[in-house]
Amino acid sequence: MMRAGPAIRAESVSQVFGAEDDPRRVVALDGASLDATRGELLCLIGPSGCGKSTLLNLIGGLMTPSAGEIAIDGQRVTGPLPKKVAFVFQESALFPWRSVADNVKLGMAFQGVAKSERADRAREALEAVGLAEFADHYPAQLSGGMKQRAQLARALGLKTEFLLMDEPFAALDEQTRMVLGEDLSELLARTGKTIVFVTHSLVEAVFLADRVAVFTARPGRIKTVISVDEGHPRSRSFMTSDKLARLRNQLYDLLHDEIRKTMVLRDPDGKGRT
Amino acid sequence: MSGMKLVYHLVQAAFVAALALAWYLATYNGYISPILLPSLTASLHEFWLLLASGSYWPDLQVTLTELGTAFVIAAVLGCAIGYLVSRSGFTVRVFDPLFAGLYSIPLVLLFPLYVLFFGLGSGSKIAIGATIAFFPIVLNTIAGFDYVDKAYITAAKSMGASGFQMFWCIMLPAAFPVVITGLRMGFIVAFLSILGTETIASLAGLGHRIVTYAESMDPAKMFAYIFFAILIAFLLNFLVSTAERRARRGPT
Repeated sequence: MMRAGPAIRAESVSQVFGAEDDPRRVVALDGASLDATRGELLCLIGPSGCGKSTLLNLIGGLMTPSAGEIAIDGQRVTGPLPKKVAFVFQESALFPWRSVADNVKLGMAFQGVAKSERADRAREALEAVGLAEFADHYPAQLSGGMKQRAQLARALGLKTEFLLMDEPFAALDEQTRMVLGEDLSELLARTGKTIVFVTHSLVEAVFLADRVAVFTARPGRIKTVISVDEGHPRSRSFMTSDKLARLRNQLYDLLHDEIRKTMVLRDPDGKGRT
Repeated sequence: MSGMKLVYHLVQAAFVAALALAWYLATYNGYISPILLPSLTASLHEFWLLLASGSYWPDLQVTLTELGTAFVIAAVLGCAIGYLVSRSGFTVRVFDPLFAGLYSIPLVLLFPLYVLFFGLGSGSKIAIGATIAFFPIVLNTIAGFDYVDKAYITAAKSMGASGFQMFWCIMLPAAFPVVITGLRMGFIVAFLSILGTETIASLAGLGHRIVTYAESMDPAKMFAYIFFAILIAFLLNFLVSTAERRARRGPT
């Protein structure tokens, strides 16, 4: 069921935080344009504070752009689209007072899914991420990697067409992150969702993405987009391939100057996060 | 570590035993006048008689009724006002320091005024208990709702929570542990201030009885009631802490 036009379109999007005369005014994004085609995994990568997370939040309707336009399926985004777009956040976005299964069910409850269906869908989603046995655990009882799997299950349970992931593995150690990446690649190959994935990790970006959008230093623009051109699911052998190494080096060359810029232009209060 | 724990408890028990022994020795040979400090054995004997006779009942009833009424008033007002204040950054910045400032005043100084307003009976104790308990409850309610992790709110928003769902499923359970701690603190300070003000000016209650026996030169009976008040305080503390632990587990 292909629809005309890109699945996600961001057109000259700018985002400014703070008033005109505010000394802490920050231009996070300055005319960023980017499309995502249906079913692809698009990675956003760039130096700290380049506005990649901001762009993700704008796409999901959690903020409204200061200028420019975001459209999903050709429709202008003006607020959250819970039936279409699900988020996976960096960490601590699970509700600690609810069990893993109840976390997964809550979003469905918000959307009026019938109670009996919620349980089925939650079980399915937890099985998909390999957490079926931990349905009755509380987030505090899970490791960092398991928490992020649970968050992913929560997003999958909503059965949205779009998945926006904001550095979901950033707080994890490298080994956990690589294994989760492999699982994610396999899982996503099956779901056929359109995914935008923000990351700091060059290897993660190349390993997961169909295309990688490289941001400039703040104010963020899209510097270039590179294609990975490798089928999903991706195996461990791709992780150690020359192709991945070459693309990773290419990304590093593209990013290097931008990262240098942020180190020179470090804002005085050191709050570079977007 | 449990071996060490046993040692801690043994030392604690030894400390209490040493206090009792000091008391016993100090009154044994009349070093201290029995009018000032009755013998430990006489006090314990009176305490035993008090427990056996059940004559504490009317005073206990008065004190507990005052405590219950004061606590309910403080809890309802504190939670409602605290929640309303937490709704906007403006009201938080205005009222949070204001309530914190008022709480640092020794509010028991209002007691003479409350006696004029509400009389010598239970009214003035309820008023002082409710006033003093209000502050920890309102401050914790504001803090609880104001500091809900923004990540929870963003996540709920992205999943399409309505205004009511946001309150009921996110804000309330997120704020709950802090609010319940405020309620426990409010309960304890209400009990302390009611007992205290009963000893200042009152018609009945445990504090009243203690002061009556002190004034009628019957210190052994006075100590019997002090022991009793300690027992009640201990039980109430235990009850409230258990309720708090239960409630914390409840909605999770």
